Amino acid sequence: MKQGAGPHLRRSLTVLAVVSVVYLVVAMFVTNSYYQLILTLVPVWALFGVSWNILSGYGGQLSFGHASFFGIGAYTVTLAVIYWGLSPWLGIPLGMVIGGLAAIAIGFPTFRLRGHYFALSMLAYPLAILYVMQYLGFQEVSMPMHRESGLRFMEFSEPRVYTLIAVLLLVGGVVVSLVIENSRFGLALLAIRQNELAAEAAGINARLWKMRSLVVSGMMGAVAGGFYARVLLVVTPDSVFGMLVSAQAVVVTLFGGVASVWGPVIGAAILVPLAETLQAELGTYLPGIQGVVYGVAIIGIMLLSPDGLFWTIRDRWFSREAPQPIPDAAPDVAPPLRRASHATGPLLQVEGLSRSFGGLRAVSEVGFSIAEGEILGIIGPNGAGKTTLFNVLNGVLAADQGAARLDGQPLLGRKTFEVCRMGVGRTFQVVRSFPRLPVLDNVIVGAYGAGLSDREAIAQAVRALHQVGLHDRSGVPAGQLTNKQLRLMELARALAGNPRLLLLDETLAGLGREECDDVLGVLARVRAQGMTICIIEHTMHAMMRLADRFVVLDHGRVLATGLPRAVVEDTSVIEAYLGKKWLARRDA
Amino acid sequence: MLGRHAAQGRPLPLAAAHGRQAKSTVDLEILIENVLNAVTAGITIGCIYGLMCIGLGLIFGIMRIVNFAQGELLMLGMFASFYLVSEGRVLSFLGPYWGPFIGAMCAAPLVFAGGALLHKFLISRVSGLRTVGSLDEGHFGQLIVTLGISLILQNGGQILFGSTPVAVRTPLSSEAFLIGPVYHAATVFLNKAKLVAFFVAVLTAAALYVTLEYTRLGKALRAAADNPTAATYMGIDVDRAYRIAFGLGSGITAVAGGLMATYISFTPFVGFDYVIIMYSGVVLGGMGSIFGAFWGGVTVGFVQQFSALILPPQLQNAAIFVVFLMIVLLRPQGLFGRSAERA
Repeated sequence: MKQGAGPHLRRSLTVLAVVSVVYLVVAMFVTNSYYQLILTLVPVWALFGVSWNILSGYGGQLSFGHASFFGIGAYTVTLAVIYWGLSPWLGIPLGMVIGGLAAIAIGFPTFRLRGHYFALSMLAYPLAILYVMQYLGFQEVSMPMHRESGLRFMEFSEPRVYTLIAVLLLVGGVVVSLVIENSRFGLALLAIRQNELAAEAAGINARLWKMRSLVVSGMMGAVAGGFYARVLLVVTPDSVFGMLVSAQAVVVTLFGGVASVWGPVIGAAILVPLAETLQAELGTYLPGIQGVVYGVAIIGIMLLSPDGLFWTIRDRWFSREAPQPIPDAAPDVAPPLRRASHATGPLLQVEGLSRSFGGLRAVSEVGFSIAEGEILGIIGPNGAGKTTLFNVLNGVLAADQGAARLDGQPLLGRKTFEVCRMGVGRTFQVVRSFPRLPVLDNVIVGAYGAGLSDREAIAQAVRALHQVGLHDRSGVPAGQLTNKQLRLMELARALAGNPRLLLLDETLAGLGREECDDVLGVLARVRAQGMTICIIEHTMHAMMRLADRFVVLDHGRVLATGLPRAVVEDTSVIEAYLGKKWLARRDA
Repeated sequence: MLGRHAAQGRPLPLAAAHGRQAKSTVDLEILIENVLNAVTAGITIGCIYGLMCIGLGLIFGIMRIVNFAQGELLMLGMFASFYLVSEGRVLSFLGPYWGPFIGAMCAAPLVFAGGALLHKFLISRVSGLRTVGSLDEGHFGQLIVTLGISLILQNGGQILFGSTPVAVRTPLSSEAFLIGPVYHAATVFLNKAKLVAFFVAVLTAAALYVTLEYTRLGKALRAAADNPTAATYMGIDVDRAYRIAFGLGSGITAVAGGLMATYISFTPFVGFDYVIIMYSGVVLGGMGSIFGAFWGGVTVGFVQQFSALILPPQLQNAAIFVVFLMIVLLRPQGLFGRSAERA
């Protein structure tokens, strides 16, 4: 559990219990079978929305084709009854397993894609399955009745029992979703949604977490579909794999409030009865009018409350609680976890590293080394290949040639999050924060990335915030920080993973004189505690005060290496920075 | 709609006409005839699909607006053409030969205006400058709003137009040019309606290409789509540019709809069948490329016609999605795109 999640979770569970009981009590008084059906369908579609929300709301992996899982669940339950005489009590869990397997089969190739491509590929799966189902002759499959053993086959003459089961299934889904929301699972997903590269650089295995969220989501979607088939008794490819099914999950969630567990519940509670009532009341007089009204309703709500009802209501009537101050643990409570050095050589050894983009050699046969406890400055004019060098070192880009070893361990060819876990922290030229998460959560992402337990992760995050002097801002969303604070927060995120080496990419960029001095002070403190730092910087002035040694890059090559004073007087360096003319004038 | 051409105007089953010939020659004849007809149908239908995809290519590929109502814009094109040229209507004096195709062209300005209005009052609220830099770039909002528009147009269409299938009638759709026999009795059948529609589609696509590539308006549209913030600083009225681009995307798809109306029958719910084909085409061709969207549409047309040769009819659409998935997975930048979307 995340820090402070306990009371939050307890409150949510209380709300859930009260709402479910009230809903069931109301349902018990409804005798009209049509309204009973609506009351059963509300939790089913809410559950399907909750399932979509885990992948697309928290994780931001927009899926247009969640009907795959709904349909798989529905057909599994129905066909299992028909061919094997398997009760839906077992068929629904079986559908869950198959839904989970389908999620793995779908996720494995599809997570190679991002953004629009991912969303559209997801759309293609249910439609392809839809046509295959038609081809196989499952156009309209009805669930056989077993009047003699109703209970065993989830058959009840009393429709309100279905409402009860539906509510229980939804409660299960909401609890799973709440646990995810309040754990490192949810934090990893939120981080991935807001900035995937930053999450990877902080040690989060984005691919793995996305896959887990798809599997959980797929299993939950299959449960919703399986139970839907049991309630409606007839499945057709269009009614369970069709585009409107996928759209239903998206609509109830976005209407109610995306990335909140209550969103899909609120959305389903309003839209499902609305659609059904319109269908019943208006459909007979003027076919089509219900669709028009429904369309107007969802457009209207989207324009009035773009994030969904839940967030609008919360922001308007429940003003945000003041950010809770974090327990002010003294920085010495959690000493930085030191990793023992294995080798006696330099901490980082880079040899003959090259990387080209088409014909441009951005990094060309670069070699240097960093000793433990040293600050190495990498300087060079724009386009010298400094950031590309960092991207190759921490696995964002692959190297064409060369080798890099951290404490004797090869570094190249690993994924970004693996490099981070080996002990290489990274900050970015343009700050990559998770703007909607509070500062503390931003930093905890880094600690989770290093594989720490919850307690340790929080302790390390608090320590890192103290180290950079940002502990008093820990409850504020990162989006509200100043540039300097963002830079420090990114530094804290890297420090929270207990790195052995920090790669800092233009940490001082865009800072004023005084801010610059503050950050330099923090870096000096970090270094005094034994951290090894490799920093890219433009401002020569600041670098002269900070770095022990310089490596000068120009056109991707190492131009000079050595002590700062010697390097800045090297004529080839001056030429690279200021040009031949300037040099000639100086010498004249 | 698939493979209907093959049955039209074919004189006698080949095997009966050549009873004495060896069976293998007849098989080969049938195979050659089927392949050649799939090629010609692939080209003609493919180019009409290509035009349809260009419309979505402008809206989704270039402006990056997720538009689920594109199928309904196609449907509006069909009905606009239908109501313009049917008996007793404004353009019925043009006759059954010219009328349907001129009607298809006339659908463009009508749907253009409709699209521009939709953009002005709804789409612009969830796209463009308003959502630059926001989380998810406004896609969630676009998804809901365009789904809503799609629902309103489909069901509103049902109220206005009814749900009985209709078609724009032209005698050309039951006439064909015969080419051949090319090999023994193997003959290529060129449906006249599709052939004319093909020419109109190619010319419209070419005209649009020239407009976007060489005129001042085209440059402004492309600049606004590529980087709205920078375009604003260069003095381009980005909102207006988007409105025009959205209108153009709607109008172009409507022309394709009007052309298709000459050889298929349709209801207000026809859009669903084609919206997926359009997205497949745009992604296949590579997002952000108008030219690519056209070729993507042609590719989808080909896949559809060729899968008709080997697959049972139910699986022909599944074949499109399988090819689509394979290409997206193996070459995410699309067949004709330059580079993949950056992480």
